Amino acid sequence: MAIALKRWNRQALGAALLVAPLAIFVAVTFVAPLAAMLVRSVYQPAVAEALPETLAALAEWDGDSLPDEETFRIAGAEFVALDERRALGSVATRVNRLQSGMRSTLLGTARSLAAETPAASWREAMIAADADWGAIESWLAIRRAGEVITPRYYLNALDLDRGGAGEIVVQPEDRRIYVSLLLRTLLISIAITGICLLLAYPLAWLLAHARPRRAGLLLLLVLVPFWTSLLVRTTSWIVLLQNQGVINDLLVTLGIVAEQQRLALIYNMTGTIVAMVHVLLPFMILPLYSIMRTIPERHMQAAASLGASHWQALRRVYWPQSLPGVAAGSLLVFILSIGYYITPALVGGRTGQLISSMIAYHMEQSLNWGLAAALGGILLLLVGTLFFIYDRLVGIDRMRLGG
Amino acid sequence: MSAAARRNHNPLRGWLHRCFCAAVLIFLVAPVLVVIPLSFNAEPYFTFTEGMLRLEADAWSLRWYQNVLGEGRWLPALGKSLLIGSGAALIATTLGTLAAIGLNSPAMPGRGAVMALLISPMVTPIIITAAGMSFFYSDLGLGQTYTALILAHAVLGAPFVVISVSASLSGYNHDLNRAAANLGADWWTTLRRVQLPLIAPGVFTGALFAFAASFDEVVVVLFIGGPDQRTIPREMWSGIREQISPEILAVATFLIAFAVLLLAAVNWLRQRDYAGVS
Repeated sequence: MAIALKRWNRQALGAALLVAPLAIFVAVTFVAPLAAMLVRSVYQPAVAEALPETLAALAEWDGDSLPDEETFRIAGAEFVALDERRALGSVATRVNRLQSGMRSTLLGTARSLAAETPAASWREAMIAADADWGAIESWLAIRRAGEVITPRYYLNALDLDRGGAGEIVVQPEDRRIYVSLLLRTLLISIAITGICLLLAYPLAWLLAHARPRRAGLLLLLVLVPFWTSLLVRTTSWIVLLQNQGVINDLLVTLGIVAEQQRLALIYNMTGTIVAMVHVLLPFMILPLYSIMRTIPERHMQAAASLGASHWQALRRVYWPQSLPGVAAGSLLVFILSIGYYITPALVGGRTGQLISSMIAYHMEQSLNWGLAAALGGILLLLVGTLFFIYDRLVGIDRMRLGG
Repeated sequence: MSAAARRNHNPLRGWLHRCFCAAVLIFLVAPVLVVIPLSFNAEPYFTFTEGMLRLEADAWSLRWYQNVLGEGRWLPALGKSLLIGSGAALIATTLGTLAAIGLNSPAMPGRGAVMALLISPMVTPIIITAAGMSFFYSDLGLGQTYTALILAHAVLGAPFVVISVSASLSGYNHDLNRAAANLGADWWTTLRRVQLPLIAPGVFTGALFAFAASFDEVVVVLFIGGPDQRTIPREMWSGIREQISPEILAVATFLIAFAVLLLAAVNWLRQRDYAGVS
């Protein structure tokens, strides 16, 4: 017994040692970057590091009336010093996200203070340079931009903000974009999953119950697009669907559509949905096929001989047995579609974008990395939850590649 | 077949079902195939010209292929893609195969959680992975390097190897290891001489998947690659976004041929997969 146990322990250790290199590799090159990104979504030390004295002075300020002369002097001097090091711009951008207009206020004031150091009152000189310094909101914005750990980005990602007293408020209507985009992403993903299931179920049935040779041939037709480069498939859809593309040309030639009324099939939501269904369909067909192959055809015949109609037999005998495949395929397609980026970015135009495009936009264009990280965090939570459900319901071990 | 079953066998329904399936298969395959004839278009259009439909010889041409092979954009891109893809596939296959063998040992502790960790790069939205990695590698001073891209693609490809080798191992008879041990082999010899040869098809399949995943990956390249790392997908991306030229269709045709070759290789490997000795 003791010997057996010892041997078992040694085997467990051996197995763990084999797994360790990849586990460490994944932890370092994958988990660590994601964790660092999540830290970035709440930890933003840039402003605090740039304006230490101003923030120390503002920490004692009551926030009800304008700061005192001493605070104005400290802040003004710090702005000038930062601008001389060419470091004010990035601080100004960050403050500007909390209070629009502050970017030019900060940069303009720093320049006029540098040109002429106030002889008497800094407060009066700064308000003269820019009237914004007479508003409490400007100082509140600087104080909030200086918070090192902040829920701000998550609030913004949920269309929320904080009011002057720190209470949570809903953003003004014209700035509410993320919640509706998130809902739209979920809705589109559900639609794509539904369409895939509708198209895949009958086909998987045919594949599963055809003669093996024929099934093998038909399966190839599913696997060729599955293996073909995603960018190639996206290019194909552009070729087919664009205004001067194959389908529009065909419709015009057949006289179904007038020359001036070519259909807008791409660079909108239609393009996104069509191309994504095409890309994700094999992920639905293959799990369905592998489950359906295990359902004996005799069951349908047995149901029929007991008097069930075709639809009754399908609904009450076949469908329940195929549910594991339905769950596996649907979850997989849904998980893949809520985070999809490439296809919407290339064929979605302006109206066919999903939440992933917003992350890319804030990463590459607005450079609001905190917000990009927070949106990523929310998406990650969503996908993580679904992945967990998938593991519980289907089991990751049952994941197969290409049938 | 009983009378009831025969009554249920409705020829019209069967016909409709087959038509529906044919339509779905056409939807899957036609878009892939349509670019092939269009890549021989003599005009810079993305649709069939009248001349092409009338099969006039001068409406068809190889000019886009000449451009692709002649002009100095696509061949260097191919070299870069091959370098990154093979580096990533090598790392992914080595680490992934070892991990799969460990995971499939009956003694492995915490199997489910570890498996979830190892598979997670495959299901995480690529935009999140790319965003996280772009900060990470530039903080490390590895931004815009081949090293960063090879490591990134290796971690994205490893799940394919783990899954593929695990599938090969699922029919593996662990008595073979015990038999080898009884005959005096240590675990390394057993791994090398008994286990690896039997699961080799799964290992090669995984390697092909990992290579293909890297060969087609563009988002991570966009975020952490620099001007030196303009791979084929990266060139196609800017081709599609900026000025779409029929050259892309010629490249696409090559990539379709490549996909068919990969598929054939994987099918060939599957037939050779460990099956009988369980």
